[in-house]
Amino acid sequence: MDDLMTVVDWSRWQFALTAMYHWLFVPLTLGLSVIIGIMETIYYRTRNEKWLATTKFWMTLFGINFAMGVATGIILEFEFGTNWSNYSWFVGDIFGAPLAIEGLIAFFMEATFIAIMFFGWKKVSPGFHLASTWLTALGASISALWILVANAWMQYPVGMEFDPAQMRNVMDNFWEVALSPVAIHKFFHAVFDGWVLAAVFVCGVSAWYLMKQRRREFAMDSIKVAGWVGVIGMVFTLWTGDKSAVDVARVQPMKLAAMEGLYNGSCGQEIVAFGILDPSKERTDPADPYLMKIAIPKGLSFLANHDFNSFVPGINDLIDGIVITESGDTVRTTSYAERITMGKEAHEALRAFDKALAAGDSAGMDAAKADLKKNYQYFGYGYLDSADEAVPPVGMTFYSFHIMVLAGGYLTLFLIIVLISVYRYPKLWERRWWQWLSILSIAIVWICSEAGWVTAEVGRQPWIIEGLMPTRAAISAISSASVQLTFWMFAAVFTALLVAEITIMLKQIKSGKNEDKY
Amino acid sequence: MELESLQIYWWLLISVLGALLVFLLFVQGGQTFLLGVSDRSEASRLMISSLGHKWELTFTTLVVFGGAFFASFPLFYSTSFGGAYWLWMLILISFVLQAVSYEFRAKSGNIFGTRTYDTFLFINGCVGCILLGVAVSMFFFGAEFSVSKGNILDAGAPVISQWAPSHGIEAIFYWKNLVLGFAVLFLARTQAALYFMNNNVGPDSFFAANKQRVLVNGVIFVVFFLLFVGLLLSATSLHTVVDGGISGGKSVFEVREFKYFFNYVEMWWCLALFLVGVVMVLYGVLRSAFAKHYTCGIWWSGIGTVLVVLTLFWVAGYNNTPYYPSLIDPASSLTIHNSSSSHFTLTAMSWVSLVIPFVLAYIAYAWYAMDRHHSHE
Repeated sequence: MDDLMTVVDWSRWQFALTAMYHWLFVPLTLGLSVIIGIMETIYYRTRNEKWLATTKFWMTLFGINFAMGVATGIILEFEFGTNWSNYSWFVGDIFGAPLAIEGLIAFFMEATFIAIMFFGWKKVSPGFHLASTWLTALGASISALWILVANAWMQYPVGMEFDPAQMRNVMDNFWEVALSPVAIHKFFHAVFDGWVLAAVFVCGVSAWYLMKQRRREFAMDSIKVAGWVGVIGMVFTLWTGDKSAVDVARVQPMKLAAMEGLYNGSCGQEIVAFGILDPSKERTDPADPYLMKIAIPKGLSFLANHDFNSFVPGINDLIDGIVITESGDTVRTTSYAERITMGKEAHEALRAFDKALAAGDSAGMDAAKADLKKNYQYFGYGYLDSADEAVPPVGMTFYSFHIMVLAGGYLTLFLIIVLISVYRYPKLWERRWWQWLSILSIAIVWICSEAGWVTAEVGRQPWIIEGLMPTRAAISAISSASVQLTFWMFAAVFTALLVAEITIMLKQIKSGKNEDKY
Repeated sequence: MELESLQIYWWLLISVLGALLVFLLFVQGGQTFLLGVSDRSEASRLMISSLGHKWELTFTTLVVFGGAFFASFPLFYSTSFGGAYWLWMLILISFVLQAVSYEFRAKSGNIFGTRTYDTFLFINGCVGCILLGVAVSMFFFGAEFSVSKGNILDAGAPVISQWAPSHGIEAIFYWKNLVLGFAVLFLARTQAALYFMNNNVGPDSFFAANKQRVLVNGVIFVVFFLLFVGLLLSATSLHTVVDGGISGGKSVFEVREFKYFFNYVEMWWCLALFLVGVVMVLYGVLRSAFAKHYTCGIWWSGIGTVLVVLTLFWVAGYNNTPYYPSLIDPASSLTIHNSSSSHFTLTAMSWVSLVIPFVLAYIAYAWYAMDRHHSHE
């Protein structure tokens, strides 16, 4: 096997590439399916042909996008096996179940009803067709649910125990896995993010038509539907985002510290609304980590704990195992050095168990099992050599989080103006600057959405399963050359197909399908 | 249910998914005909129209097959996918190409041109069928891997399963694996032609061309299939003497000549279904090829295919047979008992599996609703 870290790094790059490409398409599918469902429902109830034409126009764009989501999605599932085979064994007993349920319940629903949605206009009744459209949307959301249950479990492993005889984790509570608060918040956050993204996309495309002075009624009708979906989506995105922040503070405090570039925490901790990190900052260096910042007093304490005066630990506090109470007392928790020691003791205990098992030594097995259980929560730390290895890349986590927050703030304002203006001040949509801003917002919403995932996934490094398994222990025994080659293959194929998708979409928009009808 | 019963049940479900997948590969088979006709011809339009409604079901079945294997037999997932890296990557890339092709090929603004996407579909048709056949063939003819769970404690090289350095390339070029691969390809092409005959009311020339395809591809399929069956029944493989199960016990295997032949003999019901399946496939092919206007061959051939593939999975995994024999370390061979998920997970997933009849029912209804109107309408 090649240099371990080279294989790990290339495997991570490959997964990141695939996931980021996949997430270009999935949120549009999630949101656009709902928008199309609403439009078709209006057509079904009014039998007004203009809504049929509107539905079909957006459905065409949905289909083009959906194909790319499917293409990139298949790779993700199988990459757990091809590139993270150790992970697949270590937690396959838990992690495999959501993926299988996703396929069985969601993918078949999508695959079956999307065929009717596209090809069934003249083959099934209008009611059956409408049901198929909504079932496609439901299938997409159910798919998101189970993959986010799986992802949330990696960030907050619950509902399982380690079985030393099997040398893996086994599920002991399905509902704890499926209904973990981290999973539920993640699911709603991601799905409503999709609503927001699709709404902004529809507004942007509609604004283009208005700029070209084409299809004014179609554009304004589309904006009305998108405006409602976008505002509702944004309200829930903000709400679940807040819940997710509390989750992160509770179960992944190191990620939160990296998100804020916070090295030394305090009670009543401020939150950095905008800042530039000092790239020369070292963890143990007492210098200010920011070159400049605009901060809101006590904001992070409130965000993390819904308490303006609560203590938020920084990276150094977590590594040193320090918590400060509101009265100013310092309380010791488990430092990272202790966690590494306990993790290595867990490894030793597992070795001892394995030897006792082979020798048929029941007493030895019981003793080793007890030792293992005592230290198992820090099992993953046993792979680390120093506490610094447990710190995620601070710069990337910090900037991606702040890009997400700033873009989210802008989009909230944008969508509120969209909804108000489309009913009360429609002349705004005739203004060139607003049309350009609406088109530009398409790029912003995608950057916001991708930045959210970068925050979530980079911020949890080095863990593939929080505290239990670092990425370096999760890989397959393949050469780095093989992974590099497949990385570049995927990069080339996905990029070529993305270019193809964008050109087809632009052509469809420019040609204005069904324009003669509406 | 007891753990052993759950393991048997889940191998049955894997078998069903595998069998349905092989049947649904008629979509891939149909794609291999596209380059043989003009992309603007009526034949091309009819083929795309027929396959375009179904490709996602094949694709989804493949994904669910993978997901179900992951959930029920994670040690296989870990060992095979991480080991035979290139085999699986080539399969996946071919399916990536397929996923966009139906949607993009005829759209205006398509910068690569229709023929490029038809070529993608052709690649997926050939590579998908042949390499999936190769992957299944390893269930019988083995693979070069070893498993040592203790490696997980080696911080420098923690991977529990090791594979031959060629990482699946050796499996792709092993002639016995290729025999099954080509059998799958020509079966898929035969069934695609049968499906076109059933699904389209096109011009007579289209029907006649498909009739011809059924005959030619059917004959080639039978040659490869007979060769595979001969290899299978004469194969020497492993027999499980002691199954260590999932709880750390050592499995012991011994070499048995004619292992799969005796599996068929000892599981007589399996042999009976195999023979019924073969007869049904042959009946569907021969009647479609020689009757004047017979359109139901796909049903005979399809059901027959499902039966035959089911029995292949059963002789691979049941009757004390390791379904993934290791050629370099027999003790590492995977059985349905030593590679499965835990009792709890298999039980939970078995409850979930109760949804399968509903899924099949709505798929059947949706197909029925769509196919009441043939593709020319």
